[in-house]
Amino acid sequence: MNENKFQDKIDSERKIEPKDWMPEAYRKHLIRQISQHAHSEIIGMQPEGNWISRAPSLRAKMILLAKVQDEAGHGLYLYSACETLGVSRQELIQQLHDGKAKYSSIFNYPTLSWADMGAIGWLVDGAAIVNQVSLQRTSYGPYSRGMIKICKEESFHQRQGYEIMAEMASGTPEQKEMAQDALNRFWWPSIMMFGPHDGDSPRTGNAMKWKIKRQTNDELRQSFIDKTVHQAEIIGLTIPDPDLKWNEERGHYDFGKMDWDEFWDVVNGKGPCNKQRLDHHKKAHIDGKWVREAAKAYSKKQKDLIIN
Amino acid sequence: MSENTNVWEVFIQSKNGLAHKHVGNVHASDKEMALQNARDLYTRRNEGSCIWVVKSEYIVSSESEDGEAFFDPSNDKMYRHPTFYNMPEGAKHI
Amino acid sequence: MSLLNYTLRIADSSLISGQRLAEWCTNAHTLEEDIALSNIALDLFGQANILLEYASELDGNKTADDFAFKRNEREFFNLKMTEQPNGHFGDTIVKLFLFSSFNFLFYNKLSQSKNKNLSAFAFKSLKEVKYHLKHSKSWMVRLGDGTKESNKKVQESLNSLWEFTGEFFEMDEIDNELNKKGIGVNNKSIKEDWNNIINTTLLDSKLKRPEDGYMQTGSKSGLHTEHLGRLLSEMQYLQRAYPDAKW
Repeated sequence: MNENKFQDKIDSERKIEPKDWMPEAYRKHLIRQISQHAHSEIIGMQPEGNWISRAPSLRAKMILLAKVQDEAGHGLYLYSACETLGVSRQELIQQLHDGKAKYSSIFNYPTLSWADMGAIGWLVDGAAIVNQVSLQRTSYGPYSRGMIKICKEESFHQRQGYEIMAEMASGTPEQKEMAQDALNRFWWPSIMMFGPHDGDSPRTGNAMKWKIKRQTNDELRQSFIDKTVHQAEIIGLTIPDPDLKWNEERGHYDFGKMDWDEFWDVVNGKGPCNKQRLDHHKKAHIDGKWVREAAKAYSKKQKDLIIN
Repeated sequence: MSENTNVWEVFIQSKNGLAHKHVGNVHASDKEMALQNARDLYTRRNEGSCIWVVKSEYIVSSESEDGEAFFDPSNDKMYRHPTFYNMPEGAKHI
Repeated sequence: MSLLNYTLRIADSSLISGQRLAEWCTNAHTLEEDIALSNIALDLFGQANILLEYASELDGNKTADDFAFKRNEREFFNLKMTEQPNGHFGDTIVKLFLFSSFNFLFYNKLSQSKNKNLSAFAFKSLKEVKYHLKHSKSWMVRLGDGTKESNKKVQESLNSLWEFTGEFFEMDEIDNELNKKGIGVNNKSIKEDWNNIINTTLLDSKLKRPEDGYMQTGSKSGLHTEHLGRLLSEMQYLQRAYPDAKW
């Protein structure tokens, strides 16, 4: 009965709100997806944070810092959305630290040159935006509202990355080499950000039925690739895929095979920065314990003072 | 000591004269921190002229199961809406 | 020349404290505070940018980025306090509080400068610094009046950073010259107000004001602690490694 009513609501494009009845599996799916999304924003601050102190101009420094700060903000919007499902931020962070919750594997790759700031903005944010634009229509109200806010704020992120790439690609030979190298390293992990092929993605069925996801992994990936090829051409960089070519019949680009063994290795902890990223997050959390305790003790004293 | 801090709902008045609008929430252990966190999180792009924060636990919400009982009765009270009334042709300023 | 030097002193303090604060990004105890510290760092970089643009105008040759990324440590004039390592959150808050309380009063005076660029800069920055002061002050109180541990920690921060407050109120020839012309601030004249801010805040924070002992000096003539060199070698890395590149 409830289940039918729920599905009717979904089918008629009405949003599900926190106090509405929902199947337990829907709630669980949302918690997993939103928290993974939130953790990705937060862990994703690290590879870019790595270059704030070394940004090559005042303008670049301010932009990068503002961008990383936005990511913290977006993480917070998403933690908030997740909390409406009855799980606290504390629990979510614990799950991250315990390795029970995942984040996007792309952030387990190191940022080795300034051009990587370009590649991340252009490709990683570019891929994320394709996904997020689609998620603005997700069926869960708080998630959808969070996505709308995030998309609005994120519109500059991809541009700043592409600007860096364009500048470096037309700069000195060394700069161009760095730009191409960054593209080479980030291309494949970026297109794998959309997740496994639809046939290998066991949860896609429910997620589509419940309209948590509005487009499948392969659809989103294709739309990202179609957009990006031309952008690479304009700035004179080569996408590292010899099989990439326009398919007139499909009206899309064909592209080469992705290395899913590497993808699953990195997801399962065997990536260049998995340990580093998690250790960094844990350390900040542990180092800050005394501060959180002090703030709490202070607020308790204030309450004890007010007798009314 | 429990690590969970209080959650505060944030309402922002985007321009002087407009109503405050709910924008989301922040975690903070005291009201001053809640205000400052809300300012830093929700007005990074010049979105606000005034902020309210209120502890989430003090928000009382209607239940969605009560939805029909709460909201349907006002469906048929059209006389609350100005367009319900017939005005004589040519009457102005009313 | 004096004016250029005077401008660089203010710019450098903003730039270097921004650089330090930005190091907090991804390291704060909550996401909310991570965002707050980044916001303050962004204000400080913005301030540095305005003044280095002005310095570039005065110099006629170097760009703002040349000033930031191509000067050596003996050519930097930031207050020594600003280059001190972040330490723990309490160290950073004490540093930010002491520096912001000074800046608040300093910009207040500078906003009356006869130099239009400096007065406009100070007027704009005053609003930002007022918030930095508010934010750091509320953390001084929380940490000072929080737990025993936090009180002890922040008292130690205060004790060890105190020797860097002497520089706030120094006056050298350039300061005197520009103050006479109505362009620069008489730093000594703000000491009393500064004392008031410090004393009331420390009282609210259950912290003890350290005795004035040995006071650091030297930044006005480009003499620094050893920390600045390392900070600059990181900050200036790309500009130095690829001198022909544009970014």
